[in-house]
Amino acid sequence: MSCGSLDVAIAGAGIVGAACARECARRGLRVRVFDRAGVGGGATAAGMGHIVVMDDSEAQFALTRYSQRLWQELRPELPAAVEYESAGTLWVAADEEEMAEVERKRGYYEARGVACEAVSAAQLAALEPNLRPGLTGALLVPGDAVVYPPCAAQYLLAQAVAAGAEVSLGSPIVALGEGRVRLANGETIRAGRIVNACGAWAPELTSGLAIRPRKGHLLITDRYPGFVRHQLVELGYLKSAHSLTLDSVAFNVQPRHTGQVLIGSSRQFGAADGAVEAPMLARMLARAQAYMPALGRLSGLRAWTGFRAATPDKLPLIGPVPGDDSLYLATGHEGLGITTSLATGRLIADLMTGASPSLPAEPYLPSRTLSHEN
Amino acid sequence: MRVALLDDNLALGGQIWRAEATRDVNTAAARWIRRAATAGAKMVTRARVFDAPAPGVLAAEMNEGDEERRIELRYRQLLVATGARERFLPFPGWTLRNVLGAGGLQAMVKSGLPVAGKRVVIAGSGPLLAAVAAYLRHHGAEIALLCEQAPASQTAGLALALAKYPGKWAPAAALVWQLAGVRRATNCWPIAAEGDEVLRAVRVLRNGRETRIACDYLACGFHLVPNLELPLLLGCRTRGGYIEIDEAQRTSVANVFCAGEPTGIAGVDAALIGGQIAAAAAAGRPISARQKRARRRWHRFGMALDRACALRAELRLLAGPETLVCRCEDVAYARLASCRDWRDAKLQTRCGMGPCQGRVCGPATRFLFGWQDVSIRPPLFPVPVASLAAAATPDTGAEPAFEAVAGKNDS
Ligand SMILES: Cc1cc2nc3c(=O)[nH]c(=O)nc-3n(C[C@H](O)[C@H](O)[C@H](O)COP(=O)(O)OP(=O)(O)OC[C@H]3O[C@@H](n4cnc5c(N)ncnc54)[C@H](O)[C@@H]3O)c2cc1C
Ligand SMILES: Cc1cc2nc3c(=O)[nH]c(=O)nc-3n(C[C@H](O)[C@H](O)[C@H](O)COP(=O)(O)OP(=O)(O)OC[C@H]3O[C@@H](n4cnc5c(N)ncnc54)[C@H](O)[C@@H]3O)c2cc1C
Repeated sequence: MSCGSLDVAIAGAGIVGAACARECARRGLRVRVFDRAGVGGGATAAGMGHIVVMDDSEAQFALTRYSQRLWQELRPELPAAVEYESAGTLWVAADEEEMAEVERKRGYYEARGVACEAVSAAQLAALEPNLRPGLTGALLVPGDAVVYPPCAAQYLLAQAVAAGAEVSLGSPIVALGEGRVRLANGETIRAGRIVNACGAWAPELTSGLAIRPRKGHLLITDRYPGFVRHQLVELGYLKSAHSLTLDSVAFNVQPRHTGQVLIGSSRQFGAADGAVEAPMLARMLARAQAYMPALGRLSGLRAWTGFRAATPDKLPLIGPVPGDDSLYLATGHEGLGITTSLATGRLIADLMTGASPSLPAEPYLPSRTLSHEN
Repeated sequence: MRVALLDDNLALGGQIWRAEATRDVNTAAARWIRRAATAGAKMVTRARVFDAPAPGVLAAEMNEGDEERRIELRYRQLLVATGARERFLPFPGWTLRNVLGAGGLQAMVKSGLPVAGKRVVIAGSGPLLAAVAAYLRHHGAEIALLCEQAPASQTAGLALALAKYPGKWAPAAALVWQLAGVRRATNCWPIAAEGDEVLRAVRVLRNGRETRIACDYLACGFHLVPNLELPLLLGCRTRGGYIEIDEAQRTSVANVFCAGEPTGIAGVDAALIGGQIAAAAAAGRPISARQKRARRRWHRFGMALDRACALRAELRLLAGPETLVCRCEDVAYARLASCRDWRDAKLQTRCGMGPCQGRVCGPATRFLFGWQDVSIRPPLFPVPVASLAAAATPDTGAEPAFEAVAGKNDS
């Protein structure tokens, strides 16, 4: 292991911790990543891996758009195991009201240089023959993509290691801050800076974080190549995903590189544990079948759940923690952390090295939520 | 008591009885099934339990020819008797055509595959191999060699133990190691199967010397592993690799009993005793001293069998870097060697995430790398999305419809 002290200790080897490690190590910082388990075994193992531009707020757009570009740049060097596919997203409209949303979204994206195209009902049926008849249309965003998150995290971390980073797996962190990381095995490690990238578990190590675990279910089918061609998301998603109080489900279906179909998704607060809940799974699948009846016949292989780290303003916490000069956060990515991991890594490294930020950092700074709580 | 018996097969009887029971009404198998039917048990075949969505509820997939549909079963008491499956270990060539599971080949012959005049090598571990050898020979196959990986000293211990179990033991000749007329070698295991796509020969190591045997089939099986998925989903505790039970076959979960192979691999008579005890306990009947004695005896026998079939360390070295370990997802040995644990392997290589859900590669990697599989989640078997979508919100107020038995009825 290392002799001499670390510049950066990163808590959590999910995709966000891995991306932070890669950026920091490449800028010459001495980095070590810690995880209580393996690489990408938290929410990263559960996520759908949809690389998607979102427009819930300007800040969310900026982060996802920048990230989407970074993924596109990274693409040529990604190993096959990461399964990057430029599937594109189809935002599916079920009625005229949602078709109006297609138009609004198209205008918003076009004004900001994101390629997209409104698709008629007939075109939609041709693009995705397994959707039910009678849908109104869709917005196609061809630059969106799909990756396999655990291998993406593994790759980013391998790149960090190639740039000199170290990795300590298997021992939980019991405390961090004030330039020190203490492990359950008794070891204490000193580091100039510490990044808490523990996803939904970040509040266990840093108190006062406005993060709540938000459970999600997914189901994957056997292989049916060509059954779905784009990531399909209902526009009603915007309404359901954004309710911060109620349990919700949405039609969200993804073609995997293997020909498998990944079916999502649900959102729940206050879940007791990570068990697959038959009623919630059923609700989610019934919703999916309402859009795509033929899904019912496909063989469902495995179901699982994961916890998103949700913040009240739906933006992640990226940057220094007021009151502890050593401590940074990189968490709170809710349902977008696979996408936004790359931009998060950039921002963290910018802030630490004093480089001019790759994009305005203010909207994501933890001080916005911590200041009035302290 | 109202009793329902669920089994995923077309015919009742489980692993070794189902064929017998349909062929001949005078077999023990047929007698037991008749007794269950005349006692009024409701028999539900082709129903595969894939979830326990709420306490006292099982969800099963009914396969009625072309139609599949979900049924739900409410119970007050549940007896889990899900049996066992063969364990396979990867070695170069094990995925060639005509390399099969020993029980698998037997089942294929039962359903019509002709083996007369075919040369068969049988390899692996355990008494099942002898049973399969006898069966195939009876159907005209030539058993070129039966390879038992355990040294003679290890199996001799079992022969001694066997001598101590009189009575019932004689009919269970299938479990006896000595087999007239079959060339059999201990200390012998396959190191590679050869052929291009189709098997041509197998190379075995016998007392340290390599031999090449031309053959049409290689039937493999490295003893059995219990089907623990359903009891684990129900929350039953395990001990030493089997479901933990008390003297009345009660598991750690209230009102859930377990019998047969998930409680110990000891053959058909052990399964019968366990089933009868569990049924008596569920019905509030006393368990006789004779049953208790028999149960203890079979338990000891199961432990002796496990020791006799203990796998030798050399078997961990058979797979080459390119040998597939997970056949569903085409994952080769070399990719697994760098993984930390089963979960890491699943995430990084997709090992165990295909249609068989790790039922084959899970036991193999447990032996090869010492990994324990931890996550048991519904659906336990692949089921149509529509069946999962049809799960109702559990209403726990309803009257239980049945006392249910999942798996083979042996009570
Ligand atoms: C159902 C679902 C679908 C999703 N779909 C998408 C999608 O399509 N697109 C997208 O962009 N995002 C998606 N997401 C979100 C995405 O998965 C997450 O935002 C992202 O994985 C977060 O990564 P992370 O590294 O912050 O957290 P995690 O992956 O959870 O990593 C945190 C790590 O910290 C470790 N850790 C925790 N506590 C400790 C401790 N005390 N000591 C040491 N280590 C510790 C954990 O072991 C874990 O490895 C989805 C999420 C879910 C649940
Ligand atoms: C290939 C093979 C050959 C064997 N040969 C012999 C032999 O010759 N002599 C001997 O003494 N022992 C043999 N055994 C061991 C044999 O399993 C037991 O002796 C005996 O069959 C045990 O009875 P059981 O009721 O515990 O299990 P089984 O007979 O295996 O019955 C379990 C039943 O449960 C069903 N089931 C499992 N899971 C589910 C589910 N989720 N939903 C619905 N149904 C389910 C199975 O399909 C099966 O019909 C063999 C085992 C195998 C695997």
